[in-house]
Amino acid sequence: MLPTPDTAHVSFDTVYEPSEDSYLFLDTLSSPSESSWLSHRFSPSTSTSSPLIVEVGTGSGVVLGFVAANSQQIFGRRDILALGTDVNRNACAATQETAQRAIRDRQCTTDNDNDNDTSTTSTFLSPIMADLGTPLRQGTVDVLLFNPPYVPTEELPQIPSATTDQAMEGMSRSEKFDHESYLLSLTYAGGKDGMETTDRLLDAIPGLLHPGRGVAYVLLCRQNRPDEVRDRIAAWGDGWKAESVGSSGKQAGWEKLIILRIWRELP
Amino acid sequence: MKLFTANFLACAVKSCRTSPASFPLHFRDAELEQQELDFQPDFIRNILPRLDWDALQVIANELGFPKLPENKPADDSLGDEGLLRDIHKLLLETQVIEGKLVCGNCGHEYMIKEGIPNFLLPSHLV
Repeated sequence: MLPTPDTAHVSFDTVYEPSEDSYLFLDTLSSPSESSWLSHRFSPSTSTSSPLIVEVGTGSGVVLGFVAANSQQIFGRRDILALGTDVNRNACAATQETAQRAIRDRQCTTDNDNDNDTSTTSTFLSPIMADLGTPLRQGTVDVLLFNPPYVPTEELPQIPSATTDQAMEGMSRSEKFDHESYLLSLTYAGGKDGMETTDRLLDAIPGLLHPGRGVAYVLLCRQNRPDEVRDRIAAWGDGWKAESVGSSGKQAGWEKLIILRIWRELP
Repeated sequence: MKLFTANFLACAVKSCRTSPASFPLHFRDAELEQQELDFQPDFIRNILPRLDWDALQVIANELGFPKLPENKPADDSLGDEGLLRDIHKLLLETQVIEGKLVCGNCGHEYMIKEGIPNFLLPSHLV
């Protein structure tokens, strides 16, 4: 098992604490079948161009940090670029710290079980405060990761805007509590069927992903009706496919959480 | 944020997406910090295909870095260690700590604070 990045420095007042869904991401991406699929897709013999890995809604940064730090095991190469977005400034700062530490611990020490290539390390570019992938240049993302707010809720919290980034100093205790609750609600509340935010991201996928080798991983829960989501993606045409590549928490024969791989198979 | 990040960012306003002027975003009042990192020539060669060279020239010029060659390094110049070192310094060692990124199409300004660019839009643009 590959080590989980250290998130002891993160304050979880407004940031999502790594949970079952986060760990399902780590397990799925580092599973022998998925690593081998990714290593094949991003093999340096096909293209030397460094892959760009983007996570939207990074929270603590545990998933992005894990992927960047274990790039050799997951992608078969270390020269990857990592970028993360989150609506919460605290999460952005946490992600930077988590990712940089994880890369340092795994790739910049000599006493690990890693590999013989110590000349190249993964690079964490920057955390970006943003709503999903809105500021990313079209067609540039090779691997997109999204662990969404998937819990069905009566109402969707307001989509974050520039005013979300408020300094909490100067707030009264109840204002501060409301603001923290709002930020936390953004980490889990998914509105109708738990799909309102995921739907916005799915719509953006064909534009964001690299047209040749792009692939997205999106987590869904059972209430999100994963079968319908899969059929919908297949209906995009143009070679788009979706397949469940990881799952956890069987309940009466149903998987509670699944991870969908979304990609284009070119003729 | 590492300067290289700007290679992947465009204006977040939806109506700017089709405008060529929404990339690259232009740095204003940028406060830079140099962070020394190990030079990895192979890594630089592998990130070159990802670079929009014209955009990088614009950015380097705006930030007052020495002029880059007219054309993206290829073939023989990939062995030019001095040039690869310049690119390493510019893209990976240069951090933007404070300042703004401005869209050339709509003029919207995105603030960079403590090294984190903020691309959340005001409510009327969401």
